[in-house]
Amino acid sequence: MATDSQLAMWEVFMQSKPGANYIHAGSVHASDKEMALQNARDTYTRRGEGTSIWVVPSNAIVASNPDDNEMFFDPANDKVYRIPTFYVMPEGAKAI
Amino acid sequence: MTQEQALYKYCLRMGDDALIHAYRLSEWCSNAPILEEDLALTNFALDMIGRAQAILDYAGKIDGKGKTSDDLAYRRKERDFYNHLIMELPNGDFAYTMARILFVSIFEYYFFSELSHSADTTLAAIAAKTVKEVKYHMAHATDWALRLGDGTDESNTRMQQAVDDLWAYTGELFETDDATAVLEDRNIAVDMGMIRAKWKTDVTRILTEAKLKIPADGYNQTGSGNGVHTEYLGHILSEMQYLQRAYPEAIW
Repeated sequence: MATDSQLAMWEVFMQSKPGANYIHAGSVHASDKEMALQNARDTYTRRGEGTSIWVVPSNAIVASNPDDNEMFFDPANDKVYRIPTFYVMPEGAKAI
Repeated sequence: MTQEQALYKYCLRMGDDALIHAYRLSEWCSNAPILEEDLALTNFALDMIGRAQAILDYAGKIDGKGKTSDDLAYRRKERDFYNHLIMELPNGDFAYTMARILFVSIFEYYFFSELSHSADTTLAAIAAKTVKEVKYHMAHATDWALRLGDGTDESNTRMQQAVDDLWAYTGELFETDDATAVLEDRNIAVDMGMIRAKWKTDVTRILTEAKLKIPADGYNQTGSGNGVHTEYLGHILSEMQYLQRAYPEAIW
């Protein structure tokens, strides 16, 4: 398959409203950062989903290796005391 | 020519421009070089169809014979269409399509920016919304003109060919007629001379930066102001209007 005809891959992060976290929306192909931003806009904001976009070259993302999952994530499974469920939420607060 | 007649013609020219350019761009659906560009071109087409609908609905109201935008789009004859010739030319290759979007969007950006101050409040409101859309079309086409013009020998040759071929169709965008004269007196229509100067400045800057030659101004194609079109519009309409012609009043 001629994947090289599809230009470089970029990851797209979208913010749904000002102040909200940027969330991964998907990826696009583009030859430069301006094209990546425009392609992200055309692909992911057609129905008013976002107010701001980040694009990042996919090869700039460092991902954990699934083989390391036991080492990385399992040790947290039995540490319930790290979860702040023992605190009483102030009345009316939706998130801390 | 009364103000109503002039305004009707003025609206048809704007509405038909959007409708026919949208038709050409929608032909790229599933045919663009990459998926992202496929979405971009059809997004542009949708922007233009929305604009055509708003303007043609308004034209129908001015005409006062109960015509909707659908009536005007699907039941008008070729000679009653007033879109500029550049809109109806076939897509050609990708460079050709981008050169057309570039020339048209720069024109439309200045045109609708001015029209947003029109004494006609309906047109002013439609123009204000359109400027935002067209500004993006212009940015997208400008970037592509730079990439293709200042790209490989092949892309430069194709982009230059597109610019050369379309050049004779750009002059018509700035034509004035009896209708624009009537409306300009009433501060409804915009001053084309000023828009032409701004267009030329921008196009010259972009083409130069893209390492493309600016064609010499020569004979300009003309005719659409009187409903005289290239051979291509009839073919567009025969396909676009087929359903309403074959099954009048069809709904779904």
